Amino acid sequence: MNPKYFFNGILAENPTFVLLLGMCPTLGTTGSAVTGMSMGLATMGVLVCSNAAISLIKNLVPAKVRIPAYIVVIATFVTALQMFMQAYLPALDAMLGIFIPLIVVNCILLGRAEAFASRHNVGDSILDGLGIGLGFTIALTLLGCIRELLGTGRIFGLEIYPETYGSLVFVLAPGAFIVLGLLIALFNRLYKR
Amino acid sequence: MLEYISIIITAIFVNNIVFAQFLGICPFIGVSRNLSSAAGMGAAVAFVMAIATCVTWALQTYILVPLGLQFMQTIVFILVIAALVQMLEIILKKAAPTLYSALGVFLPLITTNCAVLGVAILVVRNGMNLAESLVYALSTAAGFTMALVIFAGIREQLEMTDVPRAMRGVPIALVCAGLLALAFMGFSGISIK
Repeated sequence: MNPKYFFNGILAENPTFVLLLGMCPTLGTTGSAVTGMSMGLATMGVLVCSNAAISLIKNLVPAKVRIPAYIVVIATFVTALQMFMQAYLPALDAMLGIFIPLIVVNCILLGRAEAFASRHNVGDSILDGLGIGLGFTIALTLLGCIRELLGTGRIFGLEIYPETYGSLVFVLAPGAFIVLGLLIALFNRLYKR
Repeated sequence: MLEYISIIITAIFVNNIVFAQFLGICPFIGVSRNLSSAAGMGAAVAFVMAIATCVTWALQTYILVPLGLQFMQTIVFILVIAALVQMLEIILKKAAPTLYSALGVFLPLITTNCAVLGVAILVVRNGMNLAESLVYALSTAAGFTMALVIFAGIREQLEMTDVPRAMRGVPIALVCAGLLALAFMGFSGISIK
């Protein structure tokens, strides 16, 4: 287990700000900090499991059918997550709606399976899943906090300033695109030369 | 008749798949550099979405529900869509080479287009019948194509403008998409009853 794989996903290969993967849930579930963070954590859970499983079966799967095999593995864990959320967190499941089954087609999962888990051992793959998942969660939470603050004057439901001064457009669709665009630009400015 | 018109208007303008539902963002950002590839991608998505929605609707209604296997929905749908795209590619290559040369390059990208899986799941969740599902899939695809073509036109102009370094590429594209989404919000509230 090499700890550098863990930190890699948080900054250097942040899936949202650097790799620009998984845009749909990034835009669609960050109307508030809570939904953004939950989506990030849900994706992280699936990513860690699928990375571990794919790294275990990497020598058994013929190269020609590896992509369908990876999709089945990912879909299995997504289904498990779906059933778990319906049973224990029904309110959250209703809020995230269609984006939970759509974790299957999140390019981050297939991307990490192909680029990392199919070439590294189980320990490293789990670390990579944790790191990338955490990077994704941080990005989604940050985006959710900014949109919630500008839109309703709250962060995680905690009032910072009165709601009347908020601009609802940031909670709605246009705000998602604009805030994400500006955040990526800020990230480019700070970390890319 | 009126309900079909209502589905069409809602899917194209009011609840546009890209600007209001945040599905299919990856191709929206990735394949919108020029007008002709945007139109090609739109046509390919329409083709796959219509067929995939009908097939998954039939599977859900006649196989998954009678057997009580609804929890398998995510796995079954993604596998069916992946297989269908492969099959379409092979059939088109043999049967309609001109169509294949126009859509061919876009077909493999569609498997991981979350709009296709998203529509298949939404149709089932909203309890639509087969005709409604087909109309919904086609008009959603029309909305997607329209968004893609408008956006490609904007990006062709953007190429020639002097954008700050950190904003170049995806960030400025996202901000533009946000302004477009703002324009599309003007349609919200329209309903035909």
